[in-house]
Amino acid sequence: MSARPLTTRLLAIGGAAVLIGSLAACSSGGSADTGSGGGKVTITYLADNAEATAATAKPLIAAFEKANPDITVKFDTKPQGTDGDNLVKTRLSTGEMADVFNYNSGSLMQALNPDNTLVDLSKESWAKDVDPQFTKVVSTDKGMYGAPFGTSFGGAVLYNKKVYADLGLSVPTTWADFISNSEKIKDAGIAPIIQTYGDTWTSQLFVLGDFANITAQQKNWATQYTKHKESYAEQPALAGFQHLQEGKDKDLYNEDYASATQANGLKMLAEGKGAQYPMLTNAISAIQQDSPDAVNDIGAFALPAENADDTNLTIWEPNGLYIPKTTTGDKLAAAKKFVAFANSSEGCKVQNDTGTPGGPYVISTCTLPDSVPPMIGDLQKYLDDGKASPALEFLSPIKGPNLEKICVQVGSGITNAAKGADQYDDDVVQQAQQLGIKGW
Amino acid sequence: MTATLTTAVAPPQTTKAGPGPARRRMRSFYPAWFFIPAIALYVVFFAVPTFAGFYFSLTRWTLFDQTFIGFDNFVRFFQDPQLVSGFVHTFEYGFVTSAAKVVLGLALALLLTSPVLGRGYLRAVVFFPVLVSTIGIGITFKALMDPFHGIINGALGAVGLPTLGWLTDPALALWSVAAVDVWKGVGIATLIFIAGIVAIPQEYFEAARVDGASAWTIFKNITLPLSRPAMGTVIILSLIGGLRSFDLIWAMTGGGPGFTSDVIASVIYKQYQAGFYGLSTAGNVVLFIVVTAIMVPISWLINRKEADL
Repeated sequence: MSARPLTTRLLAIGGAAVLIGSLAACSSGGSADTGSGGGKVTITYLADNAEATAATAKPLIAAFEKANPDITVKFDTKPQGTDGDNLVKTRLSTGEMADVFNYNSGSLMQALNPDNTLVDLSKESWAKDVDPQFTKVVSTDKGMYGAPFGTSFGGAVLYNKKVYADLGLSVPTTWADFISNSEKIKDAGIAPIIQTYGDTWTSQLFVLGDFANITAQQKNWATQYTKHKESYAEQPALAGFQHLQEGKDKDLYNEDYASATQANGLKMLAEGKGAQYPMLTNAISAIQQDSPDAVNDIGAFALPAENADDTNLTIWEPNGLYIPKTTTGDKLAAAKKFVAFANSSEGCKVQNDTGTPGGPYVISTCTLPDSVPPMIGDLQKYLDDGKASPALEFLSPIKGPNLEKICVQVGSGITNAAKGADQYDDDVVQQAQQLGIKGW
Repeated sequence: MTATLTTAVAPPQTTKAGPGPARRRMRSFYPAWFFIPAIALYVVFFAVPTFAGFYFSLTRWTLFDQTFIGFDNFVRFFQDPQLVSGFVHTFEYGFVTSAAKVVLGLALALLLTSPVLGRGYLRAVVFFPVLVSTIGIGITFKALMDPFHGIINGALGAVGLPTLGWLTDPALALWSVAAVDVWKGVGIATLIFIAGIVAIPQEYFEAARVDGASAWTIFKNITLPLSRPAMGTVIILSLIGGLRSFDLIWAMTGGGPGFTSDVIASVIYKQYQAGFYGLSTAGNVVLFIVVTAIMVPISWLINRKEADL
């Protein structure tokens, strides 16, 4: 038998397989659409699987469906962290993305290849109300792809005000003050600094939350970093790693730092068993859920720099709502309605009622409720004084995937700060090359 | 592919047949069309993905587009700072779990082939962990081994022994996972050894006893050599499993604390997570080559000994 007929036959079989595959795809697509009889449209909303996320998403969907009786929204969840990033990329590239999805703004969003995968939302009616700073972090040269969802938040030290009051401490503005406060807290038998490596991502706050301090010392650091002209191995950026090591060297972390989770850490903070927790301030919504009585005891201050003048608050922009290009026709219209609704005054009311804002909103239609946790006031002060600037991930596309592990190593005393910073500088090379950035 | 098929359907070439019966070319009883479904499945699900994998390992691949970059991924992969420690951990983990499974499996098989009380029940119990989901076991043991709230440290503390950070101590984490792996996998090893020991003809034991051989002599001269095929199977299965093990490590430590329990498979997985698809595909190609390079000689060595028996 010659090769030719066999190839032909195999091709025929392959063709049949493809045909069957596409038929199956059609039929599954068809069954999803059966709800569209009588003008009804069903869309899917994908967000992460944190409890606080669902607590806002479900009432938001209920309110939206009430206002738009011909649209049904199915709620779907994805894992948090890098597992979730991978899922979003895979589903976008295979054309199976939910009609509306909630995802980070900034560098993670840029990695989704938005020009080819996401629907441009710059012409939507709400777009003009969005804070230009946010617009920047969900846009490329070709369009604006995300609507804000939730509030911006800080990367700061959450602290227990009761402990501070009992020990007569004042909010530190320099790193030396922070350490001396911590020593006094330790002498009082309370864990001075909470670290929670059971959730590895929480280890990064000393480094990422220090970024406004880097910017304060060197205004164009982020731009130079993107060009590969600055690195973490040198000051001012090395300070974050050094602080992480110093906390371990001086034994200032809670004894179960290696296995505790973020939930454990927040509980310790709320109960006053731990005094200070470098954390994202939107974690306040978890405290609100688990220990509502303690919310008023929690305050926040920026991670201190060596000099008080350089101590600035690092700000994170909220997540965005995005629509993939694979959503078209009626579904696209419904998805756009849903995104607009989330940012309408009604949608903001749901967000205010169901979650605890971790900072100010970035769209003018949304305002904070009258009663916000006192922590928000602490953050607002930095903003009012002009002592706040965005986190690195909103200024540069470069973010290495292993930072959390490297920080765990430094914070656990497995490696020192200099080695950790070197490892991280190596780690980002892959990311920069993958993105095809010049100079790497 | 075509070559195989041609061979399979060729008329018997008696003139070219080899000398021994073992070397005679197999004649297929089936017509060509009979193989087409299997070949189609093979091509679609095995051949195409394999070659696609080799191709993508030579590209910078974002899932959205790909750029051909030659062997850069392999160069980068070998420069990965975690790679060397990942390799070391993989070998330590693979060889230690495999050795422990052989020793414990053989000991348990000896016990469970002797007339002990409740033998059937005990055999089932040893096998039960094999039936449980690996991730489930990982999550369970993560809770049991929690340094402050886990039962294991609770029990140790209660009898006055020092408690350990099973999964949080960088020097211990990999070995804690390996211990759980052995507990989970020893059932298969035991089962294979039981089958091997039961297959040894009873006459040998009777003859040895008549000659007055001690228990140790019987074990050393009859049971051990005659269960060598079983041992070969256990070594190969557990070594392959150990070298590419991932799920248990990921569920228990995520490769941590830091990178101290990272193995090759978890390094590759983290590269996938980070979106370095070309790089991690290159990593899988390397893993494939390494595992093959280790297993082919071991398998050859063991099979040769089997033939010697």
